[in-house]
Amino acid sequence: MIWYIVRRLLQGIPVFFGSTFIIFSMVFLTPGNPVLRMFGDRTPAPEQIAALEAKFHLDQPFLTRYFLYLGDILQGNLGTTYAGQSVNEILARTFPTTLRLALLAVVIQLAVGVLAGLISGLRKGGLFDNVTLLVTLVIISMPVFVLAFVAQWIFGIQLGWFRPTVGAGAPWSDLLLPAIVLAGLNMAYVVRLTRASVIETSQNDFVRMAYGKGLSRGRVIPVHILRNSMIPVTTNLAADFGILIVGATVTEGIFNVPGVGNELFKAINRGDTPEIVSIVTILVIVYVLVNIAIDLLYGVLDPRIRYVK
Amino acid sequence: MSSKNPVRTAPHFVAEVDEGGLGAVDAVRVSDRKSNLWLDAWRDLRGRWMFWVSAAFILFIVFVALFPTAFTQVPPNDGCMLSVKSQEVADSLGVPIGTRISDHGPLPGHPLGFTKQGCDVFSRIVHGTGTSLSVGIIVTVLVAVMGVVIGAFAGYFGGWLDSLLMRLGDIFFAIPYILAAVVIMSMFLHERNIWVISLAIGFFSWPSTARILRSEVLRVKNLDYVMASEAIGLSKFRTMFAHVMPNSLAPVIIISTVGLAGAITAEATLSFLGVGLPNNIFMSWGNDISAAQNSLRTAPFTLIYPSIALSVTVLAFIMLGETVRDALDPKARATR
Amino acid sequence: MTALEPLLSVEDLQVAFKTQDGFVPAVRGVSFDVYPGETIAIVGESGSGKSTTAHAIINLLPGSGRITGGKVLFEGRDLSKLSRHEMEGVRGKEIGLVPQDPMNSLNPVHRIGFQVEETIRANGLASSKREVRKRAVEVLKEAGLADADQRLRQFPHEFSGGMRQRVLIGIGLSSHPKLLIADEPTSALDVTVQKKILDHLESLTAERGTAVIFITHDLGLAAERAENLVVMHRGKIVESGPAREILQDPRHPYTQRLVAAAPSLASKRIQSAVTSGASLESAEVEGADASFDLVSVAERTADTAVADAPPVIEFREATKVFKIRTGGPRSIPFTAVDKVSFQVPRGSTMALVGESGSGKSTAAKLLLRLEDLTSGEILVEGKNVAELGKQELLKLRSRMQPVFQDPYGSLDPLHNIGNTIGEPLAVHNVGDLKSRKARVREVLDQVALPETVLTRYPNELSGGQRQRVAIARALALKPEIVVLDEAVSALDVLVQAQVLNLLADLQAELGLTYLFITHDLAVVRVIADYVTVMQKGMVVEQATVDEVFENPKTDYTRELLAAIPGAGIQLGA
Repeated sequence: MIWYIVRRLLQGIPVFFGSTFIIFSMVFLTPGNPVLRMFGDRTPAPEQIAALEAKFHLDQPFLTRYFLYLGDILQGNLGTTYAGQSVNEILARTFPTTLRLALLAVVIQLAVGVLAGLISGLRKGGLFDNVTLLVTLVIISMPVFVLAFVAQWIFGIQLGWFRPTVGAGAPWSDLLLPAIVLAGLNMAYVVRLTRASVIETSQNDFVRMAYGKGLSRGRVIPVHILRNSMIPVTTNLAADFGILIVGATVTEGIFNVPGVGNELFKAINRGDTPEIVSIVTILVIVYVLVNIAIDLLYGVLDPRIRYVK
Repeated sequence: MSSKNPVRTAPHFVAEVDEGGLGAVDAVRVSDRKSNLWLDAWRDLRGRWMFWVSAAFILFIVFVALFPTAFTQVPPNDGCMLSVKSQEVADSLGVPIGTRISDHGPLPGHPLGFTKQGCDVFSRIVHGTGTSLSVGIIVTVLVAVMGVVIGAFAGYFGGWLDSLLMRLGDIFFAIPYILAAVVIMSMFLHERNIWVISLAIGFFSWPSTARILRSEVLRVKNLDYVMASEAIGLSKFRTMFAHVMPNSLAPVIIISTVGLAGAITAEATLSFLGVGLPNNIFMSWGNDISAAQNSLRTAPFTLIYPSIALSVTVLAFIMLGETVRDALDPKARATR
Repeated sequence: MTALEPLLSVEDLQVAFKTQDGFVPAVRGVSFDVYPGETIAIVGESGSGKSTTAHAIINLLPGSGRITGGKVLFEGRDLSKLSRHEMEGVRGKEIGLVPQDPMNSLNPVHRIGFQVEETIRANGLASSKREVRKRAVEVLKEAGLADADQRLRQFPHEFSGGMRQRVLIGIGLSSHPKLLIADEPTSALDVTVQKKILDHLESLTAERGTAVIFITHDLGLAAERAENLVVMHRGKIVESGPAREILQDPRHPYTQRLVAAAPSLASKRIQSAVTSGASLESAEVEGADASFDLVSVAERTADTAVADAPPVIEFREATKVFKIRTGGPRSIPFTAVDKVSFQVPRGSTMALVGESGSGKSTAAKLLLRLEDLTSGEILVEGKNVAELGKQELLKLRSRMQPVFQDPYGSLDPLHNIGNTIGEPLAVHNVGDLKSRKARVREVLDQVALPETVLTRYPNELSGGQRQRVAIARALALKPEIVVLDEAVSALDVLVQAQVLNLLADLQAELGLTYLFITHDLAVVRVIADYVTVMQKGMVVEQATVDEVFENPKTDYTRELLAAIPGAGIQLGA
């Protein structure tokens, strides 16, 4: 197990350097002078340009600038927006809200998704199964912003069950609707994956053996079928998390949740490149860490992979 | 012989010989039905209504994308108006002059009403089809080609090449492709077109295809028939193209069909976020939905119609992907 | 005979599987009795319904299976009428199960101890934590696992197949059931392991007076382990009765065929049907018994036929070392083939025998140059295989062809049979399209397949037919050497006998040299002239077949021979 953890952490290093390098290169390779873009239509004085170029290390060669950028990130200095706000401050203010939203979404997604998937899988071909398959198919085909608007319109405006946008301080009750929307898409995938994996696990010889040695259904289903079916669901959480990040950007924007995604949403709309790059970098780093965490969890869930290469 | 003491002497029972006799050992079955993976898959597909519904709808979408003017004569951008200014227009629409057209409901010749800018909703949806479909197809082809080439080389040749390509895949996989596309698109302010957005989406989504193909190639290359053809004298390359690749492609076809739906969604999402295609040149459903969000309370239909168009198109490709998967993957068939 | 009541009485049992075309019967009216303490064996080929019968008894049919008629009376209760809850009480407690595949029958994510303990708890054998643990240790000890305390903390993947099967036997017997159903309990294990485990199972059940239903495809094994046999064919019982009587005096034509074809019961090499007069075609069409009778064919002595021919294949201290990656940063060397030397004379068959991990298949891959030698030499017709250039290697490959084990993996499912057999001809640019087609027809005829299969795809053919296609592909280039890597191991007995006959015919007809790799000594006797016994990469013994069988020199070979099921049974014939 110890080697598994060490190896997995070591594998994260090139991924960290590689992904930050790619983001940096994308910005670097962009045609046009970024300083000029900061000023929009105005034409700054040459000394103003020179000062800003020096400030953003634009006068340095490519690799030097990459390492300066990397150094900044590692020191926790994420730079400023065009408007001069510190990205660190923005993140410190918005991150807790996003974390709460994401947590709520993951809980909903797993609780509802696994339960529905389990029932579907155990009663394959039944009414519940067919309805679930249909509903998840419809949810999967709705882009997250469509889902968000539909939810906002039906539950927020027409039925009035929820506030259509999140109020000050983002109380849990206001976060519920955006969290359900955010959970929706992944939930559909979790349902389908759990279902498929429950069906597959049930056909295993060890399940037959579990019945054969006298266990009751109430024991075989949670201990042997569900437990094993959770392995693919867990590994897929990494991909789910990618969807979650993008979904959070859109959902927070639509429901006006004061979170990181909303900041990114606004930065995109303003065309604030430094802020976009900083936030994306942070999100990618979080994503890499979450991926490693999920792989370690996978190692805990499946004893086989701790030993074989 | 068993060490136990016999409990009893069992009677010696001999069944009568079946009227058909025993038959020859391992006789060749006489059936005229040819059968291999692709034939079986096609036979399976033919019997599914979901396949026919989604295929028919996709054909219809393709037709709309190719010939939008066959469905609407109203231009999507030109002739938008916030209110009726001329008597001629007022007569044709059957409303008094000066009527606000912005966010107005259906009028003669405009079955789905008008957007906030006073453009025809129906026409914009019809003309937006081509954009969605082109981006979907370009991204899918791009991702499939990159994924297949990289995955096949990594899987079949293994060793350091495999490690290098797969670590590269890990790096690209670590950046959620929509976030990457957001960064790329926010760099390209003035050069946004279908090719740029397709590259932005596709360039970061190949790792999953490459991984799937690689694991499939790894499975197939250890099968006896691959070893047998190498022992016959086929070169590694010929074995790869003659035996390994054709037997590894099924999952790529499945993931590509679903991926096409994903690419259409991605384009709409980018357009929605405001880093998609410029909405004065390209009709894009994502743009229209984004533009309509402020009218959600007053004129929800301006948001709902393009949303339906988008969702139904995505649904059609996902349904096609599901049926194709059920047909091609015997394991998936078992979980039906 | 006595006042004894049967423990289990299966009456006219019918089982069907639901498919798209309605219910397809799998078991069609099966009746038999099991008395307390006795062992009966259900024997049949794959698809005969033997496992389905067993699963129907304890109501564990897979999803689409249903009992459609008949009764399963266990101590007077009809098990097929019990509720789910009542059935859960019978399973484990009164009827134990030892499953078919030890590798997949333990849940990979739970520790061995957990899986033993939950059985003990479910069947109410102990309740307190300490008691349960104590009982679990006992169960493993009884099953023959040393240091049971430690074993409980391990996961299934840390156990070998034999150890897993011991655990499963322990679980199956843990609550001292009156009846144990053993469903092909050892077919996935090496013969020597199989023998030890079955001996152990037999002593445990004899001690406790447990009745056993033993399901197997191996007639010899069945006769060795059970007093009474039930022979099944296509969902019906064709013959049943005392084991010895059935073996010595089989009355039903199917049983007669089965007895004649079982290699474990045969004692002589197959004499080619070509020389003995019977043609293979008649076997194909009529299924005539004569050509299948491995027992009655005259012995062809190996030494007179081939002794003074020069060796076609020669291994000289051939060695292959693999680097095994462990979990840690280092890799450890593993010697798969260790200084192996042998010679194969032209026109003869050398059998390379060994259990799993003996290096026999690696040796075959070295010969075919699918793997590269670490040291030593392999010569084919005097030429060092490792030193061949590209052109020479290609030429060698046209003269030396392989046939692999898995009949389902050996043919590309996307190529039709005609293309598959024609592929080597195309690769080596032999003749034109027309002459290639003619050659394909010719070899197809040699393996006794009709021309109609040319346009068929592999999944339309049975395992045996695929293996014949694989042989045809190997023969297309008129090779001199054929490397048969477990080529008949996956086939049912009758089909196996048919393919072995075919191989013998082809050898006589075409003067082929075979390197025959197998784990099954019983098959060696009927096909090979020489034997090389391998263990852990090294050669243990080398001699002619007769010498090895009649006068084995090493303990390991003796152990292997003793483990052949049914070897000690005298046939009446």
